Amino acid sequence: MNCRHIKNRLLPTNTSLCSLVLFLSFLLMALLAPVIAPYDPYIRFEPYRSPSLEHLLGTNDLGNDIFSELIYSSRVSLIVGFGAALMATIIGTVIGLFAGYFKGTPDEILMGITDIFLMIPQIPLIIILAAFLMPSFYLIALIMGSLWWTSTARVVRSKALQIRETSFVEAARSLGFSDMHIIFSDILPNIVHVITPKFLMAIASAMIAESSISFLGLGDPTAKSWGMMINFAFIRGGFINDYWWWYLPPGICITLFVLSVVLISYAFEESEEAALRIE
Amino acid sequence: MSSSKKRPILGVDELSVSFQTSLGEVLAADEVSFRLHEDETLALVGETGCGKSVVASSILQLLPKNAEVHGQVVFEGRDILRSDEREMSHIRGSKIAVIFQNPSMSLNPIIRVGEQVAEPLQVHRGIPRHRSVQMALDHLNRMGLRGDTAIMYPFQFSGGMNQRVMIATSMILSPQIIIADEPTKGLDDALARDVVSEVMKIRDSSGAALLLITHDLQMARDVSDRVAVMYCGQIVEMGSRDDIFENPQHPYTAALLNCLPEKGFQPIPGSSPSMIHSPDGCKFHPRCQKRFERCRLRPPMEVLAGTKGASERQVRCWLR
Repeated sequence: MNCRHIKNRLLPTNTSLCSLVLFLSFLLMALLAPVIAPYDPYIRFEPYRSPSLEHLLGTNDLGNDIFSELIYSSRVSLIVGFGAALMATIIGTVIGLFAGYFKGTPDEILMGITDIFLMIPQIPLIIILAAFLMPSFYLIALIMGSLWWTSTARVVRSKALQIRETSFVEAARSLGFSDMHIIFSDILPNIVHVITPKFLMAIASAMIAESSISFLGLGDPTAKSWGMMINFAFIRGGFINDYWWWYLPPGICITLFVLSVVLISYAFEESEEAALRIE
Repeated sequence: MSSSKKRPILGVDELSVSFQTSLGEVLAADEVSFRLHEDETLALVGETGCGKSVVASSILQLLPKNAEVHGQVVFEGRDILRSDEREMSHIRGSKIAVIFQNPSMSLNPIIRVGEQVAEPLQVHRGIPRHRSVQMALDHLNRMGLRGDTAIMYPFQFSGGMNQRVMIATSMILSPQIIIADEPTKGLDDALARDVVSEVMKIRDSSGAALLLITHDLQMARDVSDRVAVMYCGQIVEMGSRDDIFENPQHPYTAALLNCLPEKGFQPIPGSSPSMIHSPDGCKFHPRCQKRFERCRLRPPMEVLAGTKGASERQVRCWLR
């Protein structure tokens, strides 16, 4: 699928266009953080300053510029979101493809494993692991990625079961292509449209989970993320003193980014349904 | 055309295929034996559902897992029914190619046509992508698909164009044997003739043997050197094209020929038997006009001399 296709799919509604712009601007913010941020987020000024022209969102308890902190925090939040989602999607896709294509015993085994993973209560497990292991956001992304592939695996499996019976797969077999070749170059391209919304939704939920864990104080205290910012605002008197410029912006950022991701994935699903209706 | 002097390159011996289903065992192919010689066209004709396609699929081990296959398929001195998946994928496409019915469904809908034609070159010959696509484009041009057709998708093509793409994909590695499984099914008459001439052209230029599976008698007559007539999983008569069409020996063959327009569209009385509880003895006897007591026993395949002396003739009927 090339860029023109994505554009055509997303253009019809203004909502999806807005969400795409929002999504891209957050990405740019994370990528260009040193250019956009006025200060290094670790430089200390006078603590607890109110917003001013010098410090757009004031300073926190350590005297760090909150606006710079907000921009730099997007990096950790996005890395956790994308990392966990990418891992979950890859695991889920591979397991789903193999289960759906080979059917029979491999399918039983792989879907059995999927069922076991579905039974694990995920957030509590992440909390426990985060509490006992070294708190680091890479670890959190890794744990989430290795838990959240189950629904992708199931959707991909059912789609692969359907596509493996089509005559172009049979034709590919009769041309002597190997199973791996058929799975990855004939079946996979035909289910990208199912995987993409799943991937986007996984980004959203991974980011929300990361924020929740950070807010609970189980995140990495040395890394700056939106969830950690809210956590610090909460425990260092930001809420009590009503310093809204401290805790509101990271909350808004989380909400807007998750919203943009969810809207884009809805747009994908809608265009899919529209395509089905046309057929 | 004396096919007996030519070397056989594919030997099918007593091939039986059955499927276990909830309604009982379906015997889709019953002791099917034939030889395919170099540079000849053998047409396997019969009504829909008589097991023609099953024979084609079992040669390349493309049947579903619930199929039980007995017999031998000898290719290059080996029984390829016993070859493992690895050997089979080496044979499929590069030595024995299949042209499927329903071309538009047999192409991957979201991959460009050029890429699909080039895929066998990449997989079997290890030719790099760029060069293989160029070769595919040349190949498509030779097939009469000119211009930018290689960058298009199958849904932008008509059925006939897609059929040519399918043929191009099957032929790009110059296989020794082409199995065409109802290549004209679902195409209109003009297109069907187009495709037939395309298949013929390719066959003549490549020197491959063609196993043509069809229910279209006229096509079989136009294209083939020899004809095998199948009924209810069995080959009932086999011989050179002229022998079969001018002097049918089996009552079923004769009845089938009477269905042709020039013979006045005379239908065969009765309906095709179920493959689960097929008739005992000669499978055609319940519908046969010439049946007698002995037809309740299974007739053996008998070898007769062909009228032109060259190719042998086989009939499975008690009357001979």
